Amino acid sequence: MNLANNFEVAVNGIKANKLRSSLTMLGIIIGVSAVIIMISVGQGASKKISDQISSMGSNLLMVFAGAGQGAVRGAGGNVNTLTVEDAYAIAELDKVVNVAPELSSSATVAYASQTWTTQFNGTTPEYQMIKDWPTSSGSFFTEDDVKGATPVAVLGKTVVDNLYSDGTDPVGTTIRINKLSFTVVGVLKSKSASIGGQDQDDVIYIPITTAQRRMLGVNYVRLINVQTDAPESMSYVQSNIESLLRERHRLTGVNSDDFNVRNLTSLLETVENTSAVLTLFLAGVAAISLLVGGIGIMNIMLVSVTERTREIGLRMAVGATESDIRNQFLVEALVLCLVGGLAGILIGISGSKIISKFAGWQTTVTISSILLSTGFSAAIGIFFGYYPAKKAAGLDPIEALRFEK
Amino acid sequence: MLKLENIRKVYDMGETQVYALRGIDLTVTQGEMVAIMGSSGSGKSTLLNIIGCLDKPTEGAYYLDGDNVSELDKNRLAAVRNKKIGFVFQGFNLLGRMTVQANVQLPMLYAGVEKKDMSARAKEALNWVGLSKYLSHYPNQMSGGQQQRVAIARALVNNPSLLLADEPTGALDSKTSIEIVSVIQQLNKEKGITVVMVTHEKDISQYCRRLVNLRDGRITDDTPVLHQRNAAEDLAAIPAETEVGA
Repeated sequence: MNLANNFEVAVNGIKANKLRSSLTMLGIIIGVSAVIIMISVGQGASKKISDQISSMGSNLLMVFAGAGQGAVRGAGGNVNTLTVEDAYAIAELDKVVNVAPELSSSATVAYASQTWTTQFNGTTPEYQMIKDWPTSSGSFFTEDDVKGATPVAVLGKTVVDNLYSDGTDPVGTTIRINKLSFTVVGVLKSKSASIGGQDQDDVIYIPITTAQRRMLGVNYVRLINVQTDAPESMSYVQSNIESLLRERHRLTGVNSDDFNVRNLTSLLETVENTSAVLTLFLAGVAAISLLVGGIGIMNIMLVSVTERTREIGLRMAVGATESDIRNQFLVEALVLCLVGGLAGILIGISGSKIISKFAGWQTTVTISSILLSTGFSAAIGIFFGYYPAKKAAGLDPIEALRFEK
Repeated sequence: MLKLENIRKVYDMGETQVYALRGIDLTVTQGEMVAIMGSSGSGKSTLLNIIGCLDKPTEGAYYLDGDNVSELDKNRLAAVRNKKIGFVFQGFNLLGRMTVQANVQLPMLYAGVEKKDMSARAKEALNWVGLSKYLSHYPNQMSGGQQQRVAIARALVNNPSLLLADEPTGALDSKTSIEIVSVIQQLNKEKGITVVMVTHEKDISQYCRRLVNLRDGRITDDTPVLHQRNAAEDLAAIPAETEVGA
């Protein structure tokens, strides 16, 4: 008996008991769709988190003023140990690509009759490259602006939305930030919310020197962003920064650092590992329902073998071998699982689409999750179908023919 | 055609042993029509199972068409049943969820017959038993006599040399019984198929050519039937008004 015949016999067997077959399949359908939905939701969530982290910049080290988390922080948290000169010194280090110091404070901005309370952030043009953040109109301020401490500003999308509700092009206009006049030179493209849920577009960028001298009257910076050439050089650059700053700040042996360096890539790795574990956990829970579905298949196949004992006896009498009978029931279980699996994939894909629509985050249905669940349902069919099929094949034809229902 | 030599069958029931067959010697030649009779427990079912290659003897040799089939493994026995033996049962044993044609095609499924040949041969066999109009009927839409004809068509479809009938008329009324026996007689005569039939109805055994009596696992009697009855003639003699629905 060939495979096509086996398939035909199995499909007839399934069709003979439509309600029962579809209820049996339901277990597999729920299991497979749960696996697909859980994996896609998990991967979607972790993709969102890592997108947010990488939106902060790739290969990024952040040097914060003040001691690390373990040590006692300076009073008021307003530590003034880092300077622009530190940033320039770091820029000279090996394998450092871009360096951008930051100094920020809150600000009230006004354009025409509109006012808006936001934050200004003093930095250098490299900041735009580190964040990989293009402008939607105009351009970022230049190195000359930093040298001259010119009053120019680059606006975030949210600031534009709130100040220019009449639709005027902001570039070239003059705004007032804490009563000082600034010329708007560029508008940044919108960036999504940060991990903390903070609106990253609600900000104004001005040259660091302007912020220090004209706005705040200080000579320190809050943090320095350092971008390295490759992920592999991050720890090398980190230790170089540490020794450089200790030297520049004249810290010796017993003095603890008055700065701390944070590695964003390692943060990203931690978050990615955590979300991978979470995805695995979700998929594991879903896989349990697939397992339960498989047990349902086994249960029904056992009932089916008992119910069709006479049929099995007759098939054997007219020439079916043990492997013919075994294959018949195995293929039947397999078809149940694969049809159920296929329906589960379709429901899983549409389910994840619906979830991504309502949850507002991207769910990604990957080929691997589809292959995984198809393979898994086939494996379940074979695994849970094998015992009943073996039982059917092992029947004695004489006993089977005499069997009374 | 078939030759049994000192066939013994012992069932091991733990502490006790049941001797179902205690040394059977039987030779049936090509084209014979043999009735096996005996009370229940005489071993006639066991004997039929062994002849039908559904069971193996504990001892002794069984030659079918010259081959010693008592030494074959399960897969070979399945092939022998498939190609050389046709079965007819008391309870018809048709598969209710399949059409008449699909039921008849069943043995060919396991013989590896091409799909287009299957359909032609099934139609031919059904035509032979007079049911060519019932191809797409289901067994439960048919009378007992018609169902048994389908079973005979199924037994014929692989052109076996031996037909084994286990109480083929046991579930039928007397007129339908004669009808079925007439079909069996016809295939014995026209197709030359050897028939071995187990029955406990004396009348039915009279349609065979030879009568083998079994008792306590031994053959007590093996005689030719003196006046073999012709089922077709008997059927014609039954007046139509006495017909009892099948």
